[in-house]
Amino acid sequence: MTAENEVIVSTEHLSRRFGDLVAVRDLSLEIRRGEIFGVLGPNGAGKSTTIRMLCGILDPTSGRGTVVGFDLARGAEQIKARIGYMTQRFSLYEDLTVIENLRFYAGLYGLAAARREDRVRFSLERSGLASRRGQIAGTLSGGWKQRVALACATIHQPPLLFLDEPTAGVDPVSRREFWERIHALAEAGTTVLVTTHYMDEAERCHRLAFIFRGGLLDVGTPTEIVARRGLRVAELEVDDAVPAAARLRQLPEVDEVAHYGHTLRLATVGGVDPEALARAQLGAQVRSSRAARATVEDAFVSMVRSEGA
Amino acid sequence: MLALTRTLAVARKELLQLRRDRLTLAMMAALPIAQLLLFGYAIDTDVRHVPAVVWDQDRSAASRDFAQGLQATGFYDFKGQVRDGAEIERAFRSGRAQVALVIPPRFEAALAQGRPEPVQLIVDGSDPQTVGSATSTAQGLAAARSPRAPQLRVEPVNWYNPDLKTSTNIVPGLVGVILTMTMVMLTAMAIARERERGTLEQLIVSPLRRSELVVGKIAPYVAIGFLQMTLILLLGRVIFGVPFRGSIALLYCAALIFIAANLALGLLFSTLARTQQQAMQMSFFFLLPNILLSGFMFPFEAMPPAAQALSQALPLTHFLRIVRGVVLKAAELPDVAGELGWLGALLLVLSSAATLRFRKKLD
Ligand SMILES: Nc1ncnc2c1ncn2[C@@H]1O[C@H](COP(=O)(O)OP(=O)(O)O)[C@@H](O)[C@H]1O
Ligand SMILES: [Mg+2]
Repeated sequence: MTAENEVIVSTEHLSRRFGDLVAVRDLSLEIRRGEIFGVLGPNGAGKSTTIRMLCGILDPTSGRGTVVGFDLARGAEQIKARIGYMTQRFSLYEDLTVIENLRFYAGLYGLAAARREDRVRFSLERSGLASRRGQIAGTLSGGWKQRVALACATIHQPPLLFLDEPTAGVDPVSRREFWERIHALAEAGTTVLVTTHYMDEAERCHRLAFIFRGGLLDVGTPTEIVARRGLRVAELEVDDAVPAAARLRQLPEVDEVAHYGHTLRLATVGGVDPEALARAQLGAQVRSSRAARATVEDAFVSMVRSEGA
Repeated sequence: MLALTRTLAVARKELLQLRRDRLTLAMMAALPIAQLLLFGYAIDTDVRHVPAVVWDQDRSAASRDFAQGLQATGFYDFKGQVRDGAEIERAFRSGRAQVALVIPPRFEAALAQGRPEPVQLIVDGSDPQTVGSATSTAQGLAAARSPRAPQLRVEPVNWYNPDLKTSTNIVPGLVGVILTMTMVMLTAMAIARERERGTLEQLIVSPLRRSELVVGKIAPYVAIGFLQMTLILLLGRVIFGVPFRGSIALLYCAALIFIAANLALGLLFSTLARTQQQAMQMSFFFLLPNILLSGFMFPFEAMPPAAQALSQALPLTHFLRIVRGVVLKAAELPDVAGELGWLGALLLVLSSAATLRFRKKLD
């Protein structure tokens, strides 16, 4: 059962409509045990809808799927006992204290009294919440709420964890600590499906799925995804950045030009060398240039651009 | 079927939330007291100056004297003489009078001969609060005159309301009304609140079963219902001298079923409402037929058959009969078994409906 590469989530042509709107379209995915699987997409892309279907709380309009070994259509209740889900807004009971929230979720997942207290104490310590145990959850700041929500979602040690935009509205330090927790959980064998639109977080995932307007654009490791776009990137120092950027954007081999002050970030497609291209086009205007690594963000922007056009 | 751990987790959470919700708690205590005082004192002031007519068939000094004696009590306001039964009916229908005093012919002669000669007091029973007081005042007067005329007897005749009701009816009735009001409202908010705050999604994504949710949500409020009932009965006794004649155990058993049925109904509303406000509106809307049709305000017997049939579906109708029977008439289990059966059946239907309506899905 615990074999490496064991598939823990798999979907085939999963779709969900709301009236005329297709929120998720023909989604086929496989997620393997122990992976941190990131789902990237702009607002309204269908990330939450996908998670809700995988959690068994929203019926797909068509398609099928298996989660932790159970069929989505028939085994929703079995799935629910084996997953953890942190909703988009951390839905804690704001009028309960931290420890009361933890105890409630422990009870909800059927942890008997003795084991419950052990787990609650362990969770409080592991999440650094021990000193806040008696604080009313509604009075916590975003970062602390997020910790409590994660502790609640993992109180029953689920093998599969769904996190829907867990770092939205959380400060950078808390985000960093949060991702350390995610990696620790994954190393301990938990599979994590996390949605985000922070690109730095996307780089920390083992594999990524890009979704846009309900459709899957690409799946793979961050490196694979970037490589598949065939992007090459250079950073250029130029004199007159705005007209230079406008000029470069006209070219078919240019994917994207962003400018920050005097610096242009130029991404090209089809293996074209961006530095050579810039010098050929702009000549002496280019004061210096250096090659840069194409990022997930470059790939994402490029994909959304070509889709959206 | 029910996992104790999960059910208890829900019940404990509800209690914790309730404990922190000072406003709701205060309302739960203030509502019964306020209602009791309102209804209780309203009754006390209402029973003065009941409009009355006289059908004096004797037209003698003795008959006039008796009528004046009644007027002097301050309880009746005589609005004039009538000459036949049809006129009494018109006076009742138009509201000109609620009581008619009928003094038979040969009243004076009968008194002189020492023959018993009943005086008739016709009461508009559709306003049950007046009935008891109206007759007891007249009887009191008759008794007061007994030394002079030992044969004088007042024979009350109660129209529209054969099941003679007295003002003490109100306090036990209030137990039912207040429980209906607060219990339905409490649970109607319970799921709508989770939906509004986003915690419902966490609940339905957990392995919590529907029946566990329903039982866990209802259980803590049963205790509150019992406290409210005790408060009303105690205050009713202290302030208004309402007796408690029957079995306390029987009443609390019946109340358990009644409270649970109301809570289940509240949960059902809660699954239908999208917001707490909608849930609140539904509860108020539901309260109206309860007050009108249950027999709390208007006697069951005076209602048209369609309304009677409808009122059978209200838990309050059955509980009112039980609570009035047990508190005022010392009714025992066999007396109220039929009503208990109704309550049990309603509880079953309502809790099943709430369980089925609550789906562990988002849409
Ligand atoms: N319950 C719903 N009813 C109608 N439309 C919905 C519902 N839930 C989501 N949608 C729509 O489906 C699309 C995808 O939403 P969602 O999955 O929440 O996107 P994301 O999480 O990626 O921001 C959006 O256009 C959203 O408005
Ligand atoms: Mg979302």
